[in-house]
Amino acid sequence: MSQIMHKKVARRSKIFTTDHRSIGINYLLLSLVAVAIGTILSLFMRIHIIAPGWKIPFWGVVPPEGYLALVTMHGTLMVFFVLTTAPVSGFGSLILPTQIGARRMAFPLLNALSFWLTTLSLAVLLAAFFVIGGAPISGWTNYPPLSAIAAAGPGQAAGMDLWLVSIGVFCLASILGAVNQLTTIIAKRCQGMMLMRMPLTVWSWLVTAILILFAFSILLAAVVLLFSDRHLATSFFIPSGEVINGLAIDPHANGSPMLWLHLFWFFGHPEVYIAILPAMGLTSSLLANFTRKPVFGYRFMVTTTLLIGFFGLLVWGHHMFVSGMNPYAGTAFALTTMAIAIPSSGKVLGWLAMLWRGRDSRVHPLPTPMLFTLGFLSFFIAGGLTGPILAQPVLDAYLHNTYFVVAHFHLIMAMAGVFSLFAAVYYWFPLLTGRLMNERLGKWHFWLSLIGAYGTFFPMHFAGLAGLPRHYAQLTGSTSTLASFLPLQTGITHTAFLLAGAQLLFLINLFWSAHRGQSAGNNPWLATTLEWAAPAEGCIVRRGPYEYGFHRNLPDFIPQCAEDPEQE
Amino acid sequence: MDSHVIATQPVHDAHEAHAHAPYLRHHFETVEQQREASSFGMWLFLLTEIMFFGGLFTAYLIYRNWYYPAFVVGSHQLSIVLGTINTAVLICSSFTMAMGVYSAEMKRRKALVGWLLATIILGGVFLGIKADEYHEKWEKHHVPGLNFSVQDFTHPTDAEPALPLDMAQKTQVYFSLYFAMTGMHALHMVIGISILLVLVVKAWGGAYTAGHMTTIENFGLYWHFVDIVWIFLFPLLYLISRHQ
Repeated sequence: MSQIMHKKVARRSKIFTTDHRSIGINYLLLSLVAVAIGTILSLFMRIHIIAPGWKIPFWGVVPPEGYLALVTMHGTLMVFFVLTTAPVSGFGSLILPTQIGARRMAFPLLNALSFWLTTLSLAVLLAAFFVIGGAPISGWTNYPPLSAIAAAGPGQAAGMDLWLVSIGVFCLASILGAVNQLTTIIAKRCQGMMLMRMPLTVWSWLVTAILILFAFSILLAAVVLLFSDRHLATSFFIPSGEVINGLAIDPHANGSPMLWLHLFWFFGHPEVYIAILPAMGLTSSLLANFTRKPVFGYRFMVTTTLLIGFFGLLVWGHHMFVSGMNPYAGTAFALTTMAIAIPSSGKVLGWLAMLWRGRDSRVHPLPTPMLFTLGFLSFFIAGGLTGPILAQPVLDAYLHNTYFVVAHFHLIMAMAGVFSLFAAVYYWFPLLTGRLMNERLGKWHFWLSLIGAYGTFFPMHFAGLAGLPRHYAQLTGSTSTLASFLPLQTGITHTAFLLAGAQLLFLINLFWSAHRGQSAGNNPWLATTLEWAAPAEGCIVRRGPYEYGFHRNLPDFIPQCAEDPEQE
Repeated sequence: MDSHVIATQPVHDAHEAHAHAPYLRHHFETVEQQREASSFGMWLFLLTEIMFFGGLFTAYLIYRNWYYPAFVVGSHQLSIVLGTINTAVLICSSFTMAMGVYSAEMKRRKALVGWLLATIILGGVFLGIKADEYHEKWEKHHVPGLNFSVQDFTHPTDAEPALPLDMAQKTQVYFSLYFAMTGMHALHMVIGISILLVLVVKAWGGAYTAGHMTTIENFGLYWHFVDIVWIFLFPLLYLISRHQ
């Protein structure tokens, strides 16, 4: 007991710290708060679709605009504070320095500053619920003119301002964090850690940081311009002759919402890869570890990571096929979008080859981190297959505003990203606590989540193909032609509750295992990378990151910093 | 890719002599590594700054294509003389800043303080002229949203061709961009001068003339970057598209 008390005191002193480990944990806890709130908001949405008259406790009946506010806040929380913060900032702070043999980040104080800016950003965003008019209602993409004009709806006044401030601060935090990570990778690798000896997770963080530098600074510019449209009477994004809620908006406005779309999606599409690239690096590493075989084509994996990063900057227009963009531009963006499928499927084929090659040598039975990695792979394929469909401007014209797109990005970005985050937590948990997470609970968590996730998001393809528009607050009432979708949506809501409920197992597992979990030892997964195996001082890296399965008699792995065996 | 030549951490004892330098943060192995890390970090930060201004330049590019006649008459309202003086002032300030970096390298404390002060003064002159230009825009009713009037463009007093009303109103877009771009640039100048004030005090105390001058170097990079942004703004806003 006294030990736990001691830990609690130590924990408090770790909140205001520049230590990369503590900052990483703080980031992950922040994400846990955000994901909990975001999940609850999504459940409110799911209930509202099938039972619009239901009263949320302490809130009351959700009006249609309230539904849109839920959509906006759910999307913003999940994209920025979960799928960006956790894999990039959280695990990037926690794991990255140790994986390259650095004791600290290049700029520890800057790292702490990034964390506190992110916290401030989250607080400002959540404050939007409590101001007059409530949270903004124009979606996480916040297209003008709705987002540029306070009269456009409840939440578009103070709520929208808070959203802009929050995202502006988040941009600053991300940019500073990316500068820090990139500098750390380039300048602080330990002796012998050449670029081509870096674990693929580090390569992913490298490309992710580059994408953040490009993408978030553009988003910051867009946010500043939109803020000035709202408060400094400029009109970068407000078109002329706009009438909103029966009010003629400034007739002298001469801007164009298309400019916002271009700037926003120049950020928004790389953002998808910012969220998913760390997951890809982790998948390669974990498949190598749990099949006890080297990564299939290390150079190939590095190359595809770089290519995905490069093409990721060139495809933003595929979000804008139906927005009135020049059709020639649409064709160009369709081509680049198809092109990015090549390195992506190259990676998938590489992973499948690893699974095939490791079918005999793999760890039996599959541990939970491996299950979640396979889950990631499954979602990445299932969600990825609808990518080339949506990349066709002709097909996208029909599907764009339907649930088909909701299904697509929830499978490939949300579920794939989150499953990989779970894999990361289960895999690296022993580093934080010295204990393993409970396997039995972990397996239940995995299977229930897998069923819940597919049950929730797969049927949305059918709803979309049948033409059900997204962002509709309810299916009955004046829009009665949509009532036939009610049984499907009811089923989706039920599996959504299963999915959310399964996460309680994860929370229980976290707290139980932190105190009572099986003791893990130094290197429970027999891994090669430095976060498990580095000596405290003077680490010298002598070989690549995935030396598994070469020596049948000896332990079948050689850590990166181990002394050379005699036969070499 | 020849990864052997790309920075790996130097071995400890090769730089034993520097091990206790007071300005070496303890998480860096060597002074060289610390210097390399901070200047690389600064370059990355400048990259994000380029992207940030890139967003504004994109807006400029699009609207210049759409509303070309409005941009022509809009740029006629700017004073090339003042713009040229300001460009010269900024280039001089970049020179004084570079001399400051050189003085720090040569460990000349008083020279460093002098050059930094000169940079502050030139930065102040630039902002003063800029403020005068802004004031003139205000008096001519060319500030979008606050007191804008299309009178000068629909009924020009000089030899300018009159614009039809709808195109005359597009000059608001030109002036919005003018204020947003030069305003963000001026904000960077203000931030730069504030940092310079701190640097002068510390330089007077001898902080940068004892061998560790990374801070001065990095600030120099920032100052030159702000200068370069103006080198792009000046032709785009003042010089080009003056003739139909």
